[in-house]
Amino acid sequence: MPKHILRLIILFVIVIGLFLVARQFLIPESFGEYGHYRANSIEENANHDIKYVDRAECAECHDDIAALKQGGPHKNINCQTCHGPGNLHIEDPTPENIVKETEREFCGRCHNKNAARAKLIKQIDINEHNIESKCIECHNPHEPWN
Amino acid sequence: MELNKKNKKTRRDFLKLSSAIAGSVAFYSMFKPIESVANRKTDVTEREHWYGFGFDIEKCIGCGLCAKACKIENDVPREPFFFRTWVEQYTIKNGHIIKDENVIVESPNGGIDGFTQSVPDKEIFKSFFVPKTCNHCYKAPCVQVCPVGATFETPDGVVLVDDSYCVGCGYCIQACPYGARYLHPEKKTADKCTFCYHRLKKGLAPACVDVCPTGARMYGDLDDKEGPLVQFIKNHTCRVLKPHLNTKPKLFYNALNEEVR
Repeated sequence: MPKHILRLIILFVIVIGLFLVARQFLIPESFGEYGHYRANSIEENANHDIKYVDRAECAECHDDIAALKQGGPHKNINCQTCHGPGNLHIEDPTPENIVKETEREFCGRCHNKNAARAKLIKQIDINEHNIESKCIECHNPHEPWN
Repeated sequence: MELNKKNKKTRRDFLKLSSAIAGSVAFYSMFKPIESVANRKTDVTEREHWYGFGFDIEKCIGCGLCAKACKIENDVPREPFFFRTWVEQYTIKNGHIIKDENVIVESPNGGIDGFTQSVPDKEIFKSFFVPKTCNHCYKAPCVQVCPVGATFETPDGVVLVDDSYCVGCGYCIQACPYGARYLHPEKKTADKCTFCYHRLKKGLAPACVDVCPTGARMYGDLDDKEGPLVQFIKNHTCRVLKPHLNTKPKLFYNALNEEVR
Protein backbone atom coordinates (compact mmCIF):
# COMPACT_ATOMS: atom_id res chain seq x y z
CA MET A 1 0.00 0.00 0.00
CA PRO A 2 1.36 3.42 -0.88
CA LYS A 3 2.63 5.39 2.06
CA HIS A 4 0.33 8.36 1.64
CA ILE A 5 -2.77 6.15 1.59
CA LEU A 6 -1.61 4.41 4.75
CA ARG A 7 -1.11 7.78 6.45
CA LEU A 8 -4.57 8.83 5.42
CA ILE A 9 -6.10 5.62 6.79
CA ILE A 10 -4.29 6.05 10.11
CA LEU A 11 -5.52 9.65 10.31
CA PHE A 12 -9.08 8.56 9.60
CA VAL A 13 -8.95 5.86 12.25
CA ILE A 14 -7.67 8.36 14.81
CA VAL A 15 -10.33 10.95 13.97
CA ILE A 16 -13.16 8.41 14.05
CA GLY A 17 -11.76 6.98 17.27
CA LEU A 18 -11.65 10.42 18.87
CA PHE A 19 -15.18 11.08 17.70
CA LEU A 20 -16.42 7.87 19.29
CA VAL A 21 -14.61 8.64 22.55
CA ALA A 22 -15.94 12.22 22.62
CA ARG A 23 -19.43 10.91 21.89
CA GLN A 24 -19.26 8.68 24.95
CA PHE A 25 -18.54 11.70 27.12
CA LEU A 26 -20.95 14.12 25.45
CA ILE A 27 -24.08 11.98 25.36
CA PRO A 28 -25.64 12.23 28.80
CA GLU A 29 -26.40 9.20 30.86
CA SER A 30 -29.79 7.60 30.11
CA PHE A 31 -30.20 9.47 26.81
CA GLY A 32 -32.22 7.38 24.40
CA GLU A 33 -33.52 4.92 26.98
CA TYR A 34 -37.13 5.62 26.01
CA GLY A 35 -36.65 7.96 23.06
CA HIS A 36 -34.67 10.94 21.90
CA TYR A 37 -34.32 12.43 25.38
CA ARG A 38 -32.72 11.92 28.77
CA ALA A 39 -34.81 9.30 30.59
CA ASN A 40 -33.50 10.59 33.95
CA SER A 41 -35.32 13.86 33.30
CA ILE A 42 -38.61 12.09 34.00
CA GLU A 43 -37.34 11.26 37.48
CA GLU A 44 -36.05 14.81 38.00
CA ASN A 45 -39.41 16.28 37.00
CA ALA A 46 -41.16 13.91 39.40
CA ASN A 47 -38.88 14.85 42.30
CA HIS A 48 -40.03 18.44 42.77
CA ASP A 49 -41.58 19.26 46.14
CA ILE A 50 -45.31 19.68 46.46
CA LYS A 51 -46.89 22.76 48.03
CA TYR A 52 -50.61 21.95 47.92
CA VAL A 53 -50.88 18.99 50.26
CA ASP A 54 -53.28 16.06 50.14
CA ARG A 55 -56.73 17.44 50.91
CA ALA A 56 -57.37 14.78 53.53
CA GLU A 57 -54.56 16.13 55.73
CA CYS A 58 -56.45 19.29 56.75
CA ALA A 59 -59.21 17.32 58.46
CA GLU A 60 -56.73 15.50 60.69
CA CYS A 61 -56.48 18.60 62.93
CA HIS A 62 -59.45 20.67 61.76
CA ASP A 63 -62.05 17.93 61.98
CA ASP A 64 -64.64 20.35 63.42
CA ILE A 65 -64.46 22.63 60.38
CA ALA A 66 -64.37 19.67 58.01
CA ALA A 67 -67.60 18.41 59.63
CA LEU A 68 -69.18 21.85 59.43
CA LYS A 69 -68.24 22.15 55.75
CA GLN A 70 -69.76 18.75 54.98
CA GLY A 71 -73.24 20.13 55.58
CA GLY A 72 -72.96 23.13 53.28
CA PRO A 73 -72.71 23.87 49.58
CA HIS A 74 -68.94 24.29 49.85
CA LYS A 75 -68.52 20.65 50.87
CA ASN A 76 -66.62 19.57 47.78
CA ILE A 77 -64.21 22.50 47.79
CA ASN A 78 -60.64 21.82 48.82
CA CYS A 79 -59.61 23.82 51.91
CA GLN A 80 -56.54 25.03 50.02
CA THR A 81 -58.70 26.58 47.30
CA CYS A 82 -59.29 29.50 49.68
CA HIS A 83 -56.55 28.99 52.24
CA GLY A 84 -53.63 28.54 49.85
CA PRO A 85 -50.96 25.85 49.95
CA GLY A 86 -50.71 23.96 53.23
CA ASN A 87 -47.18 22.58 53.03
CA LEU A 88 -45.68 25.00 55.58
CA HIS A 89 -48.73 24.89 57.81
CA ILE A 90 -48.74 21.10 58.27
CA GLU A 91 -45.07 21.17 59.27
CA ASP A 92 -45.51 24.01 61.74
CA PRO A 93 -49.18 24.85 62.32
CA THR A 94 -49.30 28.57 63.06
CA PRO A 95 -51.88 31.10 61.83
CA GLU A 96 -49.10 33.01 60.06
CA ASN A 97 -48.28 30.45 57.42
CA ILE A 98 -51.78 29.84 56.12
CA VAL A 99 -53.85 32.28 54.07
CA LYS A 100 -57.03 33.65 55.65
CA GLU A 101 -58.94 35.61 53.02
CA THR A 102 -61.41 38.10 54.46
CA GLU A 103 -61.93 40.60 51.65
CA ARG A 104 -65.10 40.99 49.59
CA GLU A 105 -63.08 40.72 46.39
CA PHE A 106 -62.00 37.21 47.25
CA CYS A 107 -65.58 35.97 47.65
CA GLY A 108 -66.35 37.92 44.49
CA ARG A 109 -64.00 35.76 42.47
CA CYS A 110 -66.73 33.13 42.44
CA HIS A 111 -69.81 35.02 43.55
CA ASN A 112 -69.61 38.40 41.85
CA LYS A 113 -72.21 38.74 39.11
CA ASN A 114 -70.83 37.74 35.72
CA ALA A 115 -72.71 36.78 32.57
CA ALA A 116 -70.25 33.96 31.91
CA ARG A 117 -70.69 32.41 35.34
CA ALA A 118 -72.68 29.20 35.53
CA LYS A 119 -76.19 29.89 36.85
CA LEU A 120 -75.82 27.26 39.57
CA ILE A 121 -73.44 29.58 41.44
CA LYS A 122 -75.12 32.10 43.75
CA GLN A 123 -74.19 35.53 42.46
CA ILE A 124 -74.45 39.06 43.83
CA ASP A 125 -73.12 42.38 42.60
CA ILE A 126 -70.32 43.10 45.07
CA ASN A 127 -70.54 46.79 44.22
CA GLU A 128 -74.16 46.91 45.41
CA HIS A 129 -74.83 44.14 47.91
CA ASN A 130 -74.35 45.43 51.48
CA ILE A 131 -71.16 47.34 50.61
CA GLU A 132 -70.41 48.44 54.14
CA SER A 133 -69.55 45.04 55.57
CA LYS A 134 -67.37 42.07 54.80
CA CYS A 135 -69.08 38.96 53.43
CA ILE A 136 -67.84 36.82 56.31
CA GLU A 137 -69.62 39.02 58.88
CA CYS A 138 -72.96 37.50 57.77
CA HIS A 139 -71.94 34.36 55.85
CA ASN A 140 -69.73 31.70 57.36
CA PRO A 141 -67.68 30.50 54.40
CA HIS A 142 -67.58 27.00 55.88
CA GLU A 143 -71.37 26.79 55.88
CA PRO A 144 -72.75 29.63 53.76
CA TRP A 145 -76.53 30.24 53.56
CA ASN A 146 -77.28 27.92 56.46
CA MET B 1 3.68 1.65 -16.82
CA GLU B 2 2.72 -2.00 -17.02
CA LEU B 3 2.32 -2.21 -13.23
CA ASN B 4 0.14 0.90 -13.12
CA LYS B 5 -2.20 -0.51 -15.67
CA LYS B 6 -2.59 -3.72 -13.68
CA ASN B 7 -3.48 -1.76 -10.53
CA LYS B 8 -5.96 0.48 -12.25
CA LYS B 9 -9.61 -0.25 -11.49
CA THR B 10 -11.81 -0.97 -14.45
CA ARG B 11 -15.23 0.58 -14.87
CA ARG B 12 -16.70 -2.83 -14.08
CA ASP B 13 -14.91 -2.88 -10.70
CA PHE B 14 -16.15 0.58 -9.90
CA LEU B 15 -19.76 -0.28 -10.74
CA LYS B 16 -19.57 -3.51 -8.73
CA LEU B 17 -18.27 -1.76 -5.67
CA SER B 18 -20.70 1.13 -5.81
CA SER B 19 -23.73 -1.12 -6.33
CA ALA B 20 -22.56 -3.29 -3.44
CA ILE B 21 -22.39 -0.22 -1.19
CA ALA B 22 -25.75 1.10 -2.40
CA GLY B 23 -27.29 -2.33 -1.96
CA SER B 24 -26.10 -2.75 1.60
CA VAL B 25 -27.20 0.74 2.58
CA ALA B 26 -30.64 0.03 1.14
CA PHE B 27 -30.74 -3.34 2.93
CA TYR B 28 -29.75 -1.77 6.26
CA SER B 29 -32.23 1.07 5.91
CA MET B 30 -35.01 -1.46 5.41
CA PHE B 31 -34.21 -2.95 8.80
CA LYS B 32 -33.70 0.36 10.58
CA PRO B 33 -37.41 1.10 11.17
CA ILE B 34 -38.06 -2.46 12.29
CA GLU B 35 -35.14 -2.18 14.69
CA SER B 36 -36.44 1.01 16.25
CA VAL B 37 -39.89 -0.48 16.69
CA ALA B 38 -38.34 -3.56 18.28
CA ASN B 39 -36.26 -1.41 20.64
CA ARG B 40 -39.19 0.79 21.63
CA LYS B 41 -39.72 0.26 25.31
CA THR B 42 -43.25 1.46 25.73
CA ASP B 43 -46.17 0.30 23.72
CA VAL B 44 -49.82 0.41 24.57
CA THR B 45 -49.77 -2.89 26.43
CA GLU B 46 -46.85 -1.91 28.67
CA ARG B 47 -47.65 1.57 29.92
CA GLU B 48 -49.42 1.92 33.24
CA HIS B 49 -51.30 5.14 32.51
CA TRP B 50 -51.91 7.54 29.68
CA TYR B 51 -52.83 10.83 31.26
CA GLY B 52 -55.25 13.36 29.84
CA PHE B 53 -57.28 16.38 30.97
CA GLY B 54 -61.01 17.02 30.73
CA PHE B 55 -62.25 20.61 31.10
CA ASP B 56 -65.94 21.36 31.42
CA ILE B 57 -66.67 24.88 30.16
CA GLU B 58 -70.22 24.67 31.52
CA LYS B 59 -68.83 24.37 35.04
CA CYS B 60 -65.99 26.92 34.86
CA ILE B 61 -66.88 30.04 36.86
CA GLY B 62 -63.70 31.98 36.11
CA CYS B 63 -62.44 32.32 39.67
CA GLY B 64 -58.89 31.98 38.37
CA LEU B 65 -57.76 30.03 41.43
CA CYS B 66 -56.38 27.30 39.16
CA ALA B 67 -54.01 29.75 37.50
CA LYS B 68 -53.01 31.12 40.89
CA ALA B 69 -52.44 27.68 42.41
CA CYS B 70 -50.37 26.65 39.39
CA LYS B 71 -48.03 29.60 39.80
CA ILE B 72 -47.59 28.86 43.51
CA GLU B 73 -47.16 25.12 43.13
CA ASN B 74 -44.65 25.32 40.29
CA ASP B 75 -42.77 28.55 41.15
CA VAL B 76 -43.86 30.20 37.93
CA PRO B 77 -42.72 33.85 37.71
CA ARG B 78 -45.44 36.13 39.05
CA GLU B 79 -45.31 38.65 36.20
CA PRO B 80 -47.98 38.49 33.51
CA PHE B 81 -47.20 36.56 30.32
CA PHE B 82 -45.64 33.65 32.17
CA PHE B 83 -48.37 31.07 32.50
CA ARG B 84 -48.58 27.33 32.64
CA THR B 85 -52.33 27.56 32.84
CA TRP B 86 -54.66 30.51 32.45
CA VAL B 87 -58.35 31.31 31.94
CA GLU B 88 -59.94 33.31 29.12
CA GLN B 89 -63.35 34.94 29.11
CA TYR B 90 -65.08 34.83 25.75
CA THR B 91 -67.92 37.27 25.20
CA ILE B 92 -69.98 37.17 22.03
CA LYS B 93 -71.85 40.43 21.57
CA ASN B 94 -75.31 40.85 20.12
CA GLY B 95 -75.30 41.22 16.37
CA HIS B 96 -74.10 38.93 13.68
CA ILE B 97 -72.59 35.90 15.41
CA ILE B 98 -70.43 35.09 12.41
CA LYS B 99 -68.54 38.39 12.52
CA ASP B 100 -65.21 38.27 14.34
CA GLU B 101 -65.52 41.78 15.78
CA ASN B 102 -68.45 40.58 17.90
CA VAL B 103 -66.20 38.16 19.76
CA ILE B 104 -64.21 39.59 22.67
CA VAL B 105 -61.53 37.53 24.41
CA GLU B 106 -60.20 38.75 27.73
CA SER B 107 -57.65 37.30 30.07
CA PRO B 108 -56.48 40.01 32.49
CA ASN B 109 -53.27 38.69 34.04
CA GLY B 110 -54.29 35.20 32.92
CA GLY B 111 -57.35 35.40 35.15
CA ILE B 112 -55.23 35.04 38.28
CA ASP B 113 -57.01 37.92 40.00
CA GLY B 114 -60.44 36.84 38.80
CA PHE B 115 -62.65 38.48 36.20
CA THR B 116 -64.91 41.51 36.09
CA GLN B 117 -67.52 41.65 33.40
CA SER B 118 -66.54 44.37 30.92
CA VAL B 119 -69.51 44.22 28.55
CA PRO B 120 -72.95 45.22 29.93
CA ASP B 121 -75.53 42.42 30.15
CA LYS B 122 -77.84 43.82 27.48
CA GLU B 123 -75.10 43.76 24.82
CA ILE B 124 -74.16 40.14 25.48
CA PHE B 125 -75.36 37.31 23.29
CA LYS B 126 -73.30 34.70 25.08
CA SER B 127 -70.35 34.61 27.49
CA PHE B 128 -68.26 31.81 28.96
CA PHE B 129 -64.88 31.01 30.49
CA VAL B 130 -62.31 28.76 28.87
CA PRO B 131 -59.50 27.37 31.05
CA LYS B 132 -56.39 26.66 29.03
CA THR B 133 -53.12 24.84 29.49
CA CYS B 134 -50.72 22.59 27.62
CA ASN B 135 -52.69 20.04 25.58
CA HIS B 136 -50.05 17.33 26.08
CA CYS B 137 -50.42 16.44 22.40
CA TYR B 138 -49.83 12.90 21.25
CA LYS B 139 -48.19 14.34 18.14
CA ALA B 140 -46.65 17.35 19.82
CA PRO B 141 -45.15 19.95 17.43
CA CYS B 142 -42.93 21.25 20.24
CA VAL B 143 -41.33 17.83 20.65
CA GLN B 144 -40.76 17.50 16.92
CA VAL B 145 -38.92 20.80 16.57
CA CYS B 146 -36.63 20.55 19.61
CA PRO B 147 -33.11 20.34 18.17
CA VAL B 148 -31.52 18.76 21.25
CA GLY B 149 -34.15 16.39 22.60
CA ALA B 150 -34.90 18.52 25.66
CA THR B 151 -38.66 18.16 25.40
CA PHE B 152 -40.42 14.86 25.06
CA GLU B 153 -43.53 12.84 25.77
CA THR B 154 -43.06 10.49 28.70
CA PRO B 155 -44.25 6.89 28.35
CA ASP B 156 -47.35 7.87 30.37
CA GLY B 157 -48.31 10.63 27.96
CA VAL B 158 -47.07 13.80 29.64
CA VAL B 159 -45.06 16.33 27.62
CA LEU B 160 -42.15 17.51 29.77
CA VAL B 161 -39.13 19.81 29.47
CA ASP B 162 -35.64 18.71 30.51
CA ASP B 163 -34.45 22.06 31.83
CA SER B 164 -30.89 20.91 32.35
CA TYR B 165 -30.64 20.01 28.66
CA CYS B 166 -32.70 22.80 27.06
CA VAL B 167 -30.60 25.38 25.21
CA GLY B 168 -33.36 28.00 25.25
CA CYS B 169 -33.60 28.42 21.49
CA GLY B 170 -37.35 28.96 21.70
CA TYR B 171 -38.32 26.87 18.67
CA CYS B 172 -40.84 24.95 20.75
CA ILE B 173 -42.44 28.18 21.94
CA GLN B 174 -43.05 29.19 18.35
CA ALA B 175 -44.14 25.71 17.32
CA CYS B 176 -46.84 25.35 19.98
CA PRO B 177 -50.15 26.27 18.35
CA TYR B 178 -51.78 26.71 21.76
CA GLY B 179 -49.34 29.25 23.20
CA ALA B 180 -48.73 26.98 26.16
CA ARG B 181 -44.98 27.59 26.46
CA TYR B 182 -42.83 30.50 27.57
CA LEU B 183 -39.16 31.18 28.09
CA HIS B 184 -38.43 31.17 31.81
CA PRO B 185 -36.87 34.58 32.55
CA GLU B 186 -34.39 33.25 35.14
CA LYS B 187 -33.61 29.75 33.95
CA LYS B 188 -33.57 30.89 30.28
CA THR B 189 -35.11 27.59 29.30
CA ALA B 190 -38.50 26.67 27.88
CA ASP B 191 -41.13 26.08 30.52
CA LYS B 192 -44.67 24.76 30.44
CA CYS B 193 -47.34 22.76 32.24
CA THR B 194 -45.88 19.50 33.53
CA PHE B 195 -49.30 18.02 34.34
CA CYS B 196 -47.92 18.47 37.88
CA TYR B 197 -45.87 15.38 37.20
CA HIS B 198 -44.34 15.61 40.70
CA ARG B 199 -47.86 15.41 42.16
CA LEU B 200 -49.08 12.63 39.87
CA LYS B 201 -46.17 10.45 40.94
CA LYS B 202 -47.09 11.02 44.60
CA GLY B 203 -50.70 10.04 43.93
CA LEU B 204 -52.06 13.60 44.02
CA ALA B 205 -54.12 15.48 41.44
CA PRO B 206 -52.51 18.37 39.53
CA ALA B 207 -52.75 21.57 41.61
CA CYS B 208 -55.22 23.26 39.22
CA VAL B 209 -57.53 20.24 39.34
CA ASP B 210 -57.22 19.96 43.11
CA VAL B 211 -58.23 23.57 43.84
CA CYS B 212 -60.99 23.89 41.23
CA PRO B 213 -64.10 24.63 43.35
CA THR B 214 -66.64 23.41 40.79
CA GLY B 215 -64.90 20.37 39.35
CA ALA B 216 -64.60 22.04 35.95
CA ARG B 217 -61.13 20.60 35.64
CA MET B 218 -60.53 16.90 35.78
CA TYR B 219 -57.75 14.57 34.85
CA GLY B 220 -57.48 10.85 34.39
CA ASP B 221 -56.19 7.85 32.55
CA LEU B 222 -57.23 7.68 28.89
CA ASP B 223 -56.48 3.95 28.88
CA ASP B 224 -58.94 3.29 31.70
CA LYS B 225 -62.27 2.79 29.93
CA GLU B 226 -64.23 2.84 33.19
CA GLY B 227 -62.26 5.78 34.59
CA PRO B 228 -63.76 9.22 35.19
CA LEU B 229 -62.03 10.91 32.26
CA VAL B 230 -63.10 8.40 29.62
CA GLN B 231 -66.62 8.42 31.08
CA PHE B 232 -66.61 12.24 30.94
CA ILE B 233 -65.61 12.14 27.27
CA LYS B 234 -68.20 9.45 26.60
CA ASN B 235 -71.09 11.24 28.26
CA HIS B 236 -70.41 14.74 26.94
CA THR B 237 -69.93 16.24 23.51
CA CYS B 238 -66.21 16.76 23.82
CA ARG B 239 -63.91 18.49 21.40
CA VAL B 240 -60.22 19.35 21.32
CA LEU B 241 -58.68 22.67 20.34
CA LYS B 242 -57.57 23.09 16.70
CA PRO B 243 -58.25 19.50 15.61
CA HIS B 244 -57.32 20.36 12.00
CA LEU B 245 -53.66 20.66 13.04
CA ASN B 246 -53.57 16.92 13.76
CA THR B 247 -51.65 17.44 17.00
CA LYS B 248 -53.94 14.95 18.79
CA PRO B 249 -54.38 16.86 22.06
CA LYS B 250 -55.08 14.94 25.24
CA LEU B 251 -57.09 17.84 26.68
CA PHE B 252 -60.82 17.42 26.03
CA TYR B 253 -63.37 20.22 26.41
CA ASN B 254 -67.05 19.85 27.04
CA ALA B 255 -69.25 22.57 25.47
CA LEU B 256 -66.44 24.12 23.47
CA ASN B 257 -67.73 26.88 21.25
CA GLU B 258 -66.72 27.38 17.65
CA GLU B 259 -65.24 30.78 18.53
CA VAL B 260 -62.57 29.35 20.85
CA ARG B 261 -59.16 29.20 19.26
